[in-house]
Amino acid sequence: MTGALLTLTGITKTFPGVTALDNVDLTLRSGEVHALMGENGAGKSTLIKVLTGVYEPDAGSVVMGGVPVRFSSPLHAQHGGVSTVYQEVNLCLNLSVAENIFIGREPRRLGLIRWSQMRRRAAQLLQRLDIAIDVTAPLSEHSLAIQQMVAIARAIDISAQVLILDEPTSSLDADEVAQLFRVMRSLRDQGMAIVFVTHFLDQVYEISDRITVLRNGKLVGEYRTAELPQVELVAKMIGKELASLESLEDRRPSLAAVERGDPLLAATEVGRKGSLAPFTLTIHKGEVVGLAGLLGSGRTELARLLFGADRHDHGRFAWEGVPRSIQNPMAAVAAGIGFSPENRRTEGLVPELSVRENIILALQAARGWTRPIPRRRQDELVDKYIAALDIRPANPDVAVSNLSGGNQQKVLLARWLITEPKLLILDEPTRGIDVGAKAEIQKLVVELADGGMAVLFVSAELDEVLRLSHKVAVLRDRRVVAELANDASLNEESVMRAIASGGRS
Amino acid sequence: MSADGSGTRPGDPRAGQLGAVWTRIYHHQLFWPVAVLVALLVLNVSYRPSFISLTMLQGHLYGSIIDIIRHAAPLILVALGMTLVIATRGIDLSVGAVAAIAGAMACLHISKQEDQSSVAGVVVALLLGVLVALACGLWNGVLVAGMGIQPIIATLILMVAGRGVAQLITSGQIITIRSPAYAAISTGYWLALPIAIFIAAAVVAVVALVTRRTALGLIIESVGGNAEASRLAGIRSRRFILLVYMVCGLCAGLAGFMLTADISAADGNNAGLWIELDAILAVVIGGTSLAGGRFSIGGTVLGALIIQTLTTTVYAMNIDPQTSLLFKAIVVIIVCLIQAPAFRARIARLARWGRRPPAPPTPAATTPDLHEIEVAS
Repeated sequence: MTGALLTLTGITKTFPGVTALDNVDLTLRSGEVHALMGENGAGKSTLIKVLTGVYEPDAGSVVMGGVPVRFSSPLHAQHGGVSTVYQEVNLCLNLSVAENIFIGREPRRLGLIRWSQMRRRAAQLLQRLDIAIDVTAPLSEHSLAIQQMVAIARAIDISAQVLILDEPTSSLDADEVAQLFRVMRSLRDQGMAIVFVTHFLDQVYEISDRITVLRNGKLVGEYRTAELPQVELVAKMIGKELASLESLEDRRPSLAAVERGDPLLAATEVGRKGSLAPFTLTIHKGEVVGLAGLLGSGRTELARLLFGADRHDHGRFAWEGVPRSIQNPMAAVAAGIGFSPENRRTEGLVPELSVRENIILALQAARGWTRPIPRRRQDELVDKYIAALDIRPANPDVAVSNLSGGNQQKVLLARWLITEPKLLILDEPTRGIDVGAKAEIQKLVVELADGGMAVLFVSAELDEVLRLSHKVAVLRDRRVVAELANDASLNEESVMRAIASGGRS
Repeated sequence: MSADGSGTRPGDPRAGQLGAVWTRIYHHQLFWPVAVLVALLVLNVSYRPSFISLTMLQGHLYGSIIDIIRHAAPLILVALGMTLVIATRGIDLSVGAVAAIAGAMACLHISKQEDQSSVAGVVVALLLGVLVALACGLWNGVLVAGMGIQPIIATLILMVAGRGVAQLITSGQIITIRSPAYAAISTGYWLALPIAIFIAAAVVAVVALVTRRTALGLIIESVGGNAEASRLAGIRSRRFILLVYMVCGLCAGLAGFMLTADISAADGNNAGLWIELDAILAVVIGGTSLAGGRFSIGGTVLGALIIQTLTTTVYAMNIDPQTSLLFKAIVVIIVCLIQAPAFRARIARLARWGRRPPAPPTPAATTPDLHEIEVAS
């Protein structure tokens, strides 16, 4: 191992009201793959943007090859030897592979592009990555993995000292990941320093030499991968020392009490290729099932499959003991399922419609357009739920886009509650909302379950999942790896252990 | 009433009340379309005072206003269907061609009749026309909702090909007919008013009732406002998109009957030529956003009346035909601009600042928007 190639020291970056990075260090060495880890909002993206010249740090220094540098733009950073390949490939699908690699810096003679030379050099570059493809074909004809490689080829041709891969594997399947890792190893062996950002723990342990962990904009530490057990990594990311985990007060009803008789919904080997491996899960009347796992582990995918928001291509459902097809939201609503999606703004609410219209939307859709809900009934229902959920402002006629996040979430809950569902799927219902509204929503979930409703509760926050659920399904790397009864023995530590070990205990 | 007398004169409670009423009127979504229409009418009256006069002749009302409404009738119908399509975040460029096809179909059937004035023959002709118009709408709907083609491309197909279809129906000829019963659709009178006005009013009333008294309007606005959220709320978005294209086709077909009845001839090339552009304009002037979502039927009717008034104004003021299109375009741009709050605010600022030049733009802020920060996620 050689010494430091690029060193960031004491990087601080604040935005109005937010300290995104607080005195963070990062050291990249030639011939190493360095994983940058942290939960959402830990500051990974900001750090990468400082590194690549998108943001200028408020304090701290960047030293590359012993010389202080200050990159003023991504282009500047690229010419200085730092290239980035982003999660969503920034290439032109309609252009050929060769054009994508050389766009903006085509080999020219007398101002004319030398196509043959461009194609030859493109093929050579890709060969270096062990890829033999037709470089004259449009990029869109190649798989996402190949597109990723083309982006890498372009990046390393421009400058080849530091390569940053920001979530490169999030949309790749296992074979494609293996191919990408081969390329990464070969580049590493050629002496490149590679920064690898991902949410997949297994991949970190497979490919990286070192790990830097960030949490809430602060540096937690730098570790050699071989010396950091997975469970410790998870604890460092989440920020709770395993030993000091407080035990929760014991208000959880027993699993045996709610899991009697036929399950309300039984999913058997349900899965979707490229999205979630087949899983089996049952939910009973009055039961709260929690989903735990890191970001990108497949929590949302599971919720969407149960509602038919995505089609499953594997397995089958039984509803109240009877086989039933749930291939689209209409079928799910007809069965009695409600779904509050993870992203309220883009998938939940219709922003320009009023609070009242947003609340009655699902009920109206189920009744069909020819049977409008009488205005008086609408007002009754809407007023009732505005009061019950304390939606503010308590004015049903304001556009829902004017409400705060917590109140928007309540509108979404009200939409489904008036349909009186038997199963309510809540994907991150408490994300990004204030503490008060969060507590109200948690209380509501308990009340609904006590009233006989089944709830699937998805949250990135473990303590919340544990406080509410009767049982917890643990996901990791798009696979359900464990199903844990939430009895007295279950705590955050054991769930984290399940996440870290992938269910292999 | 505040005692400090800010803004209102003390001791005059009605001033505040009137102010509140005015504020309500000013903020009504139809304020600007109405204001523009009134301004155009005032312009016409000041140019030619006889503009507003109505005369009763043989039990028929005549006058410029009546003419405007009668000639606006086909545009109102087309714009009505266009409103619903645009509310779903779509667009239908083929309405002119569909009008030509439906008109050609009806005229072809009538021209083959022994007795062209037979009411039964005309009814059958209209039914045939309605059927082909619905079929055209279905075609557009299937392309957009079924095959997922972008609306502007999907309907461009029929916009271009539809003229050819109309030509095929008329065998490349202009079919002329002599059917008083059919001509009555456009030129007939009932209760002293042109029948075309009643037809347009009836269709407007039906569409307004169906969209606002059932949940159809809400669902269309929801699909146009956020298609994915609507799907996840259990709405069969595609079915409704198909429906609005069929309604749009039907409206275009009805307009086609009026256009061909007006001249008692079906001209596949020119019937309803460019009416799609006027219709889109009418919808936009009426306050329905091309980005989909909220729609206003009243606004669209006003928009169509504004455009027709403008056309009539151009003729009435003897504006050189070569410059009339330019004149129309300039007025339309002004109408659209004054409806934009951002533009009005800028004008108000300029007026306040008088001759002081606006401050130079500040150098690009170095702090990014908060949503760019990972924290918000």
